[in-house]
Formats: sequence, C-alpha cells, structure tokens
Amino acid sequence: MALAHAAGDTFPKLLARHARERGERPALREKDLGIWQTWTWAEVETEVRFLAAGLARAGFRRGMHLAVVGDNRPRLYFALLAAQSLGGIPVPFYQDAPAGEMAFVFRDADIGFAIVEDQEQADKLFEILPDCPGLKRIWYDDPRGFRHDRRPELASYESLRAEGEGRVRDQPGAIEAEVSKGAGPDVAIMLYTSGTTGNPKGVVLSHDNLLVSGRNYVELEGLTDEEEVLAYLPMAWIGQNLFSYAQWLVAGFRINCPESAETVLTDMREIGPTYYFAPPRVLEALLTQVTIRMEDASSPKRWMFRHFMGLARRVGSAILDGKPVSALDRLHYALGGIVLFAPLKNSLGMSRVRVAYTAGEAIGPDLFVFYRSLGINLKQLYGQTETCAAVCVQPDGQVKPDTVGPPMKGVEVRVLDTGEIVLRCPGLFVEYHRNAEATREAKDAEGWYHTGDAGFFDADGHLRIIDRAKDVGKLSDGTLFAPKYLENKLKFFPFVKEAVAFGDGRAEASAMVNIDVQAVGDWAERRGIPYSGYQDLAAKPPVVELVRECVEKVNADLAADPTLAGSQIHRFVILHKELDADDGELTRTRKVRRRYIAEKYAGIVEALYGEAEVCAVEAQVRFEDGRTGMVRAQLAVGHAKTFPPAAARSAA
Amino acid sequence: MSGAREAGPVILAVGGISLAFGGVKALSEVGFDVREHEVRAIIGPNGAGKSSMLNVINGVYRPQQGRITYLGETREEMEPHFAASHGIARTFQSLALFKGMSVLDNLLAGRNLLMRTNLLLQALRIGPALREEVAHRRRVEEIIDFLEIQHVRKTPVGRLPYGLQKRVDLGRALAAEPRVLLLDEPMAGMNVEEKQDMCRFILDVNDEFGTTIVLIEHDMGVVMDISDRVVVLDYGRKIGDGTPDEVRSNQAVIDAYLGVQH
Repeated sequence: MALAHAAGDTFPKLLARHARERGERPALREKDLGIWQTWTWAEVETEVRFLAAGLARAGFRRGMHLAVVGDNRPRLYFALLAAQSLGGIPVPFYQDAPAGEMAFVFRDADIGFAIVEDQEQADKLFEILPDCPGLKRIWYDDPRGFRHDRRPELASYESLRAEGEGRVRDQPGAIEAEVSKGAGPDVAIMLYTSGTTGNPKGVVLSHDNLLVSGRNYVELEGLTDEEEVLAYLPMAWIGQNLFSYAQWLVAGFRINCPESAETVLTDMREIGPTYYFAPPRVLEALLTQVTIRMEDASSPKRWMFRHFMGLARRVGSAILDGKPVSALDRLHYALGGIVLFAPLKNSLGMSRVRVAYTAGEAIGPDLFVFYRSLGINLKQLYGQTETCAAVCVQPDGQVKPDTVGPPMKGVEVRVLDTGEIVLRCPGLFVEYHRNAEATREAKDAEGWYHTGDAGFFDADGHLRIIDRAKDVGKLSDGTLFAPKYLENKLKFFPFVKEAVAFGDGRAEASAMVNIDVQAVGDWAERRGIPYSGYQDLAAKPPVVELVRECVEKVNADLAADPTLAGSQIHRFVILHKELDADDGELTRTRKVRRRYIAEKYAGIVEALYGEAEVCAVEAQVRFEDGRTGMVRAQLAVGHAKTFPPAAARSAA
Repeated sequence: MSGAREAGPVILAVGGISLAFGGVKALSEVGFDVREHEVRAIIGPNGAGKSSMLNVINGVYRPQQGRITYLGETREEMEPHFAASHGIARTFQSLALFKGMSVLDNLLAGRNLLMRTNLLLQALRIGPALREEVAHRRRVEEIIDFLEIQHVRKTPVGRLPYGLQKRVDLGRALAAEPRVLLLDEPMAGMNVEEKQDMCRFILDVNDEFGTTIVLIEHDMGVVMDISDRVVVLDYGRKIGDGTPDEVRSNQAVIDAYLGVQH
C-alpha cells in the first residue's frame, strides 16, 4: 500500500514535517500545577530527539521494544516518538495493569527498557524484575519517592534526556539519519489485546497501518490542524493511539493531557475540545451525573429540563441530520438551545465539539440519542486493535442507534454463513507477535481477517453487530441466544451496571446483575431506604423489585423481535459484589469474562436453573491493597415475567 | 523500599514536663528528644497525655514544670506564635479548616505567616503583593500536586469526604513549610485504603521535604511501620522509648496495652 506522501510515511518523519511547517504552533499541552503548559511542534521535536539520543546511548536499537507505562503524560508521548525515531517499537501498558499481567508481556516481547510515569509503576516493574531478566533499565518521569533510591536499573527521565542532549551536540544529525532509515512498512507499535481468554496477544501494527487509518478519518471528517483533542484514555488502547496519536501526527492538531484522571471533566471544560472520543461508559457516567444533579435542582429547573429534553428527543436528532422539521419546532428548539442545551453542553465541556465518536462496546439507544439530541454530532464506529479501529463509521446524516454504519474507504466486509464478520482493510495488522498460529487463525490465506463478531447488514448497507460469534449459542429448543445482546439491553438501564447472561444449551435464559450503586443508591435515598454499602443495597427487596422491572422491560422488548423472542430472561440474581478486573471477572477494558464467571459462581448458575428461592454464595475478593478476603451472602433468586411474542405490544 | 533516612542532630527536646489541670495530672516528668528528619511517634492508651504533649510542644498548653529545647534554645514554655513562626506546624484530631472556603484558599491561609506584604497592598493586588501571591500560589499548587488533590482544588472543604479533609488539613500544615510537623491522629476514622494513602504521604513528606515528623497514632500497625522511634505514654508518664522493635518487646508497654493481672 503506497502512501500519497512518501515524505511522511512514518510518525517521526511526520513530526519533522510539522516542526518545519508549523514549528511555533502548539502541539501538546499538559495541565501542571494548575496551569496549562504548552510544547510547540519544534519543542516536541527537540525533546524527542534528545530522548532518542539518550535511548540510543543506553543501547536501545532498531527492532527493540520499549515499555511505556503510565497515564497520558507528554513525556510518555515523547517516548513513543523517540522509540520510533530509532526504528524501535514502543509497547504501551494500561496504567492499572497488575504486575503479574505485565510480566507476561515483558517476557513475550523481550523488553529490556522501560519508561514509566512514577514510583507506582516502577514498583510494579521491580516486582517482576526477577522473572524478567531481560529488563535492564527503567527511567521514571516523576521523581517523587525516588530520592534515596540507588538501584542500578533505575534512572530519571531527566538524566536520560540530559545524556541525549550531550550526544546530540557531539553527533549532530545522527538521530535524523536514523529517522530517515524508517519506512512505512516498519513496525510502529505493539498493542497487547486484553484477551477474554488465555494470554494477551501482541498485535503488531506498522506505520502504514496506523497512518492509512488515521488519514481515512482525517479526510472523512475534514479534520484540520486547528482541532483540540483531550488525550485522556489509556495509551495502550487502540482508540487512543488512533485518535490522539496517529491522527495528531497526520493532521497536526493539538492534544491536551489532563492534570489527573479525576480532573478530566474540569480540564475538558477549560480546553473545549472540537473533536472528542469517548467509550460509552464515559458518556454514561457523564449522563448519570447530569441526571443526579437535575434531580437535586429546584422544581422549575427540573420542569425546564424535562420539557426541553422531551422536545430534543423528538426533534434534536432530526435537526442534526438535516431532516425536515416544522418551523415551530425549530423555533422551540432554538429557545431550548438558549436556556438549556448550550449551558448544558458548556458544563459538559462539549460546546465546541464538531465530531464525537464512541466505540469499544455497544451504546444504549437512550444514551446515544441524549447526546445527539443536544446537537452534539456523536457517531459510532467499529473496529478492533487488529484493524486500527477503522472498519465502519457512521457518516453524517445517516446515524442510527443500533448500527455502526457502512464500511470505510478501502475496507471490504463480508458476513459468513455462520454469521461471523470477516474483512480486508489497509489498516490490517501485520501479525501477532511470536504467535504464527494465532495469526493464521485470524487472517486467512486470502487476507480476510476473522473478527469473531457476529452481525449482519441492514437494508441501508449499515453493519449491525449483535455479539461475539463464539458466544452466540442456542437454547435447548434451538432458539438463537446472543448473551451480549441481552446484557447490553440490561445495561442500558441506569440502575444496571453490569449483567451476565446465561442460556447456551439450557431451556431458558437467565442473568446475573450488578446494580449501579450510585444510581440505585440515589433512588433508595429518595425512598428513605437505608443501606450500608453495595452488598446491603443489592439485597434489599425493593431493589430486587426494581431490577425485576428492568428485566421485564427487556423481555417485552425481546418479544417484539421474532428471532430473539425465545431468549427472554426467566430468572435473575443480583450479585453480592461488583464484578472487578482485579478479581479476574472483567477484562481491563471492562468486558465481562462470562465463562470465568460461570465457573467461579457455579453455585449461583445452578440456583438460576434450580427451584431454590435463595442461594448461598461464598467468594474470594481482592482488595485494592492486594490482600484477599472472603465474602459470604445469601442471594434471592428473582423471577421475571416473560411475554408471548404476540402480546409484546400491549405489554410494552 | 528507599534507602535509610539519615536522622540528624536533636532538633527538639522536652525534659521533665509536668502538666496538670487542677487535680488532674495530664503529664508528669515526661522527657524525650526528636532528631531532625526522623519520624517520631507518640503512642499510648486513651487519656495517656499524647495530645497534651503536642499541645505543650507548640505552646497551646503551658506546663507547670519542665523545659523545651528547640533549635538549640531552651525555654520553660513555648509561645504559640514563636512555634508557628519558627517552623512548627500541626494538624488536629478534629480538623482545623475553613469549611466554606475552597481547598486552595485553605492552603493559602496556611501560608499566612509567610506573607510579607501588608493587607492594603494585598487587597489592591499591586506590585510586590501580586508577585508574592504568584509565588505563594505556586508553592500551594506544588502541595496540591504532591497530595494529589487537584480534582478538588476549587471545592469547598465542607463538601469533601472526611478522608480527603484530613489530607487537606495536612496540606494546610505543609503550606507553612514547617521544619517540624506535629500530626495528631492523622489516620483516625479512615478506612484501610485511606490509611495506606496517608502513610504514603507522611513518608513522602518526610522523604521529599526532609520534614521532621512527630506523630500520634492509635493504629499500631501504622506506627510500627513508619516510625523511626517511638515514645510510649501511660497515665501521663513515659513508660517506653526506642525503636519500634525495642518498644514492642518492652514489658511495661505490653502490660499497659494488654493489661496485667493483679
């Protein structure tokens, strides 16, 4: 795949071009000590050059892997670029990855060098050091806590940069020479997929892969070098790499690193991004916050909110899509804009958002429509780490809540007879690192990538995803059972945080539910129901009743769909603890590990398919400080009403 | 994890302190020293006189007998203003914060004694006052960053959860740039996670700023973990003094904590 701009076929070359063409313009900001600090493109290039020279001096060579561990920090972005400048391959990590999970990757990728954010991350590396003899050097960004640390592997980012600065002075042009040796097909980055089963796999992506995907988005949305983007999602996630790294260097816009994970909302309001990317859970958390604050507002304000949101739901999306709407409604909506929508968007930090994307998991129709009806151009896209998150995207004006849009430019998508989606695209990954077998399984001889997702095209040629192909099963009477589809339907209720559906090979479907402690807690407070914590709240009979209503609404919905009517949920249980990645129940990207949960809570699954009204459970939990404890509880098994397909309308 | 702290010379010493409220003897003949850069804990059962001891050190209580040597200067009692202006800061068991003011303003208030320009210039925000304010704000922002409370910078303190208020109280004391920091039960009422965070912060303060720390704490695990030396008080008398290990094996201390059969 030849790229149009041969001069910009790698990220370091693009950086050099931006430094030349827009050297004095801001490229990167970080809020530090309460003030936004700015690096221009020229400054970024200088930093990257010094760092690259320092790495080269320490023995980092072409083809080696550099671990980059931490939150969104400018210096970690410099580290990505520095490694790539030398033809090396950065491997970013999720900052909350436990040491044990990191050890596998360090061994798998033979990582000898690491740049980490702070002491917390360095401590994890020292924990795995005995198992990872290849790890030689660790540099830290934040010196706090290292004052008296004299371990030989450890040194500060500052010292690495200073060494590099000296070397650049002694051998000018050496780094530029290394940069010019790079080419598009070279490996740019390796991202480990969280993997719902087995060990994580290292997805090898080339500069071409990421650049062609980045360019596709930039062209599609007409992105310019004037965009403001908030870089707040994990650096190890493909979405973050595509939107805040690849597109940053393609379009030459500005990325902004928030002060800390807790200040994202405030920082976003200050920056006013024009281009925004958020997984559904972030959008949902925002909406929950708005809803809770509105409940506490005075009654005229509450009335106003209800009134105008009702109107927005009716006509907002249509106005955004340029569809015909009566003049009176338009006027009414404009009034709503002044009194509600504009101030609300402002407090969400979305006043200037031109294009917003969501991806990573299915988004609830209510949630999706909420943002669109405010006039925020939120769209869905579809893709995996293996495809650089660039397969399908919803074009302006053709946005439907339950599809992910038609395939992007240059992408071929087919649906196999089994229901599995396969595709070919220019951004398709090179291979899985040291795993030829997995590569062969995923990418067939003709270059078709097997996504493992099940779905179909609708009448307009938009792709609709229902579940993972391997998870789609059948009830014992042969009815189609798509667990993710049921779980998502449940999760779309604000009271339900997580859900796990069972039913493959069984006579009927059932579910385990996690309540959202914030939303349900608020609901309970308003009704004067006292509770002490999650476990207590989850066991309250009114809460069980509340969840039952949600389940029954899902059933009524399912009854309307002939292929899925048979998979209505008969029995459910509210779990006594929140599912947690630390307990292995969720992946790091917060996807439920259904099979693991079924094994761990076999007793509950049995109760779901038995006659018992209660079931006792005992489970080990891991606290945040790493200690473990036992939790015991008695769970009530709830029964939900199901609807015959014909009766659906009257019940809904 | 990190290398051993090096304790310096004695910065603060108390000797023969006796304090009584009417007939109640809070402290009798208590003496110990604190060396620069160390973490010194005062432990003891309820009513042992721990908080009274801190109050004597920073001059809130005036002992009937005894001497206090601070920075090489010996006196019979400490003046609160002298203590505050010469580098002794403290946090309180029942927080000492302005509930209606933001975290930022509370921390700035902690720097009151370090402000040099007069009220008029400050009110007009001109010339030297403005320059000074910028410098103070920078220092306070560094503390906010250090204690990881950026997200509540502008939140009124009264709206924060208790654990966070404790952290702000520590920040308020740190804002005065103390040489000696007196902490009165910094971990009372906290859950395990908050306690761990607080331990981390106390050790980091000690490590990064070299601040000497005198600490009262009930949680024995915490005390034994983070202190260099421990003083044990019981009914106003000193019954033990030494490293955590020495104190742990001291029979008088064991008796005081576990009780003895009479």
